[in-house]
Amino acid sequence: MASRQFATFEVDGQLFGVEVHTVQEVLSYNEYTPVPLAPPAVGGLFNLRGQVIAAVDLRVQLGLARQALQGPVMNVILRGDGEPVSLLVDKIGEVVDLDDETFEPPPDTLSGPTRELVVGTFKLDGRLMLALDVNQAVDTYRATT
Amino acid sequence: MEDLGEIVGEFLMESHENLDQIDRDLVSLEQEPDSRDLISRIFRAIHTIKGTSGFLAFSRLEKLAHAGESLLSRLRDGVQPVTPETITVLLLCIDGVRSLLSSIEEKGTEDEVDVDSMIVKIQAQMNVPSEAAPAAAPAAPAAPAAEAETPVSVEEAPAATRPAPEPVADQRQPLGQILVDAGAAQPSDVSSALQQQLEGDERKLGTILLEEGKAQPAAVNEALQSQAPKRSIADSAIRVDVDLLDTLMNMVGELVLARNQLVRGVMEIGDTTLVRSAQRLGMITSELQEGIMKTRMQPIEHIWSKLPRVIRDLSNSLGKQVQLVMEGKETELDRSLLEAVKDPLTHLVRNAVDHGIEDPERRLAAGKGPEGTLTLRAYHEGGHVAVEVADDGAGLNVERIAQKAVENGLLRPEQIPNMDKRDIMAMVFQPGFSTAAKVTNVSGRGVGMDVVKTNIENIGGAVSVDSTPGEGTVWRLTIPLTLAIIQALTVDCGDQRYVVPQVAVLELVFVDGNTTKVEYASGAPVYRLRGKLLPLVRLDRALGLEVGGDQGVYIMVLQADGRRFGLVVDRVLNTEEVVVKALNTRFKDIGLYAGATILGDGKVGLILDVSSLARRSHLAVDSERENVAEKRGPAGGGTERLLVTAVGERRVAIPLDTVTRLEEFPRDRIEHAGSREVVQYRGQILPLVRLSHLLGAYGEELEGDTVSVVVYSEGGKSVALVVDRIVDIAENSTTARRDAEEDGLVGTAVIQQRVTELLDVRRAILAADPNFYSDAADDMLVEA
Repeated sequence: MASRQFATFEVDGQLFGVEVHTVQEVLSYNEYTPVPLAPPAVGGLFNLRGQVIAAVDLRVQLGLARQALQGPVMNVILRGDGEPVSLLVDKIGEVVDLDDETFEPPPDTLSGPTRELVVGTFKLDGRLMLALDVNQAVDTYRATT
Repeated sequence: MEDLGEIVGEFLMESHENLDQIDRDLVSLEQEPDSRDLISRIFRAIHTIKGTSGFLAFSRLEKLAHAGESLLSRLRDGVQPVTPETITVLLLCIDGVRSLLSSIEEKGTEDEVDVDSMIVKIQAQMNVPSEAAPAAAPAAPAAPAAEAETPVSVEEAPAATRPAPEPVADQRQPLGQILVDAGAAQPSDVSSALQQQLEGDERKLGTILLEEGKAQPAAVNEALQSQAPKRSIADSAIRVDVDLLDTLMNMVGELVLARNQLVRGVMEIGDTTLVRSAQRLGMITSELQEGIMKTRMQPIEHIWSKLPRVIRDLSNSLGKQVQLVMEGKETELDRSLLEAVKDPLTHLVRNAVDHGIEDPERRLAAGKGPEGTLTLRAYHEGGHVAVEVADDGAGLNVERIAQKAVENGLLRPEQIPNMDKRDIMAMVFQPGFSTAAKVTNVSGRGVGMDVVKTNIENIGGAVSVDSTPGEGTVWRLTIPLTLAIIQALTVDCGDQRYVVPQVAVLELVFVDGNTTKVEYASGAPVYRLRGKLLPLVRLDRALGLEVGGDQGVYIMVLQADGRRFGLVVDRVLNTEEVVVKALNTRFKDIGLYAGATILGDGKVGLILDVSSLARRSHLAVDSERENVAEKRGPAGGGTERLLVTAVGERRVAIPLDTVTRLEEFPRDRIEHAGSREVVQYRGQILPLVRLSHLLGAYGEELEGDTVSVVVYSEGGKSVALVVDRIVDIAENSTTARRDAEEDGLVGTAVIQQRVTELLDVRRAILAADPNFYSDAADDMLVEA
């Protein structure tokens, strides 16, 4: 049976996941440089071993209020096309092995910005994990309402 | 390419380099047909290609190289002379080899390239019937082959059985021999030392002699030095992947940051030993950084080397004679910049041969030698590298450029007489501009010069042209030394730090709010810089941040895109060298940032794009012209600067030199003195005249809390002209105006493509204060 590994994290109490191979690393970082006039979903820039990384605020992408960016914030750094990009999340979860059998398309009742970012639902023991569409999640020019 | 393996990859790379060299050598050979050195060098190079391709089973390549080699061997042996035709055929052969190589590189096979027709041409060049040549050739190359193909390897001699101590390549003289010859050591000492080595002493010969006191350190050093130059090129240089260098460069950048943090921490602790170590680390880091930077530098010769061939082919096809002179080919530039400069430079060179240098008849008619000279020149100049392409041709035809510019709507006819010759010439960099009488397949299609300009500007450089009729044209590229590191000023705005490239900064002004201050022309901030109004851009406003106050701020006077403006920031910190990092593509659309950098504290700082800041802040388009006028100075007396205001629906211009000050008054401060409106201003009573009334433009009176006024002062007296809005400051050529029939105006003119009325200032002043120009005015003004 086909199974996939997902890196999980929480935003606003909801568990999300992205496939492990899309993740470069996970780290917590303190200082972000804001980018004036950038789309609201851009949390800021930070220095990852000399490389300038853009952090996308997943909260904003999900239609929530911005991260305060005071004190350390967790980053899930995704390998983009040549340039890594980070997702700002509330909390990092475990890496889980999931059978394709536990997968279902997003529920019809799920609407709003979250619906566009989610490719499906995985039924874990006791909670649901929403699998993110990585490209959509980091697309800061996506119209957020 | 992956499945070809390392050997083929290396062969391709090496062959490409060899071919470039052969190209150059062939062109030189044409100049000096008797040079045996050149022939031998070309022969060896092509032989190497032939040998290796045979080894790698590229049979077509081998066949073609072989044919070329046969022809060369005849030249070398003096069987037939070097003629331009032979050179052409040989160059053709090289091109064939090149296309075979690229076919191998791209498709992994050489099967699709037709070599037979080329071989036929080559054989036709050989005076002897073709069947004799292939048979004769293999014998001939044997000797040079040995020379070219046996690089001596030092490592090959196994340590245990080494036949002689001091494993030296056979072209190097043994150290012992040198010392004995120089009389610096006794033969007996040397042989006993050699004996020790054979018995297993791991020390080097020099070391043994030194440690046993048998030779002087200076003498040994000298002997070693004399050995060193004999090291072959293959031993002293290695090929390094550019990606690896880039990675190293980034890592060194990181190291610099880590060092900065360490030094700061150590300073706080204050331990002297630690401080010393940290300083030492700092020095080493800086040197390392410099070293890595140098590895990326390459002499400009790399891109020049292809040009002799380009010039030869082009001048032959055009029937021109061109001699190429290269000066400063050792000037070094960052690799990535060299890449970026290559195409623009080639274009300029082609253009110079095609349009710059005349054909021999016309040159003779002009009293010049039939052969034109094209000079490539590269040199350092104030932190930049200048690269010039100069020809001694007919020069640019300024009149035709001007005429063309008018035809294309780039200039208005009345602008021409007042324009500097160089500014007219610069028109050739406009898109779609070509003055070539006829379009050739080389140039003249109007694409190119603008691309040259764009490409060079993209790497932070500049292009200019100067020309003297009948004497020639000089195209000049100014290129930054490296893209990776720029001199920059760090500034504070809001609570963030930004970086401004120093090239754009002309000067800095501190505004204390008292002796120096920001003024407003109807809401548009300006600063009087030595009496001239400098439009200001508030960085906080431009970035959409909270707008701060006007006191205790700095104005950076910036120049970009031919515009000059002041950027208002909270604080200017210092200048430093910053490493430019590319910004994530998602921020390109914002346009305000040229990149990012890591600041000394490890945080990311945004590098501002000065020219887009200028564009974004809606600086008037015509300010570009304004600058041109400024550069020309008082000589360009045909133009004047005008303050353009809006009065109702009309645009009214006031000569800027009659304007003392631009002010805004709260509407409720306007008081009435008799029939006149006045305001109290700096302890004076300032009479107002509404231009809308004066000019009879009874439009809707603008609602608002304030009124915009233009203050005119003379001899201690002032009047204020009330306008609806200050629009802009523009430059106007005086020839453009037409006399007006209307009262209160001296004429109309087209400014910024709009009809604008020119105010009769004297008349307006008298309307405000009839006694302004009379001596006994003071008291009467108060009465009025």
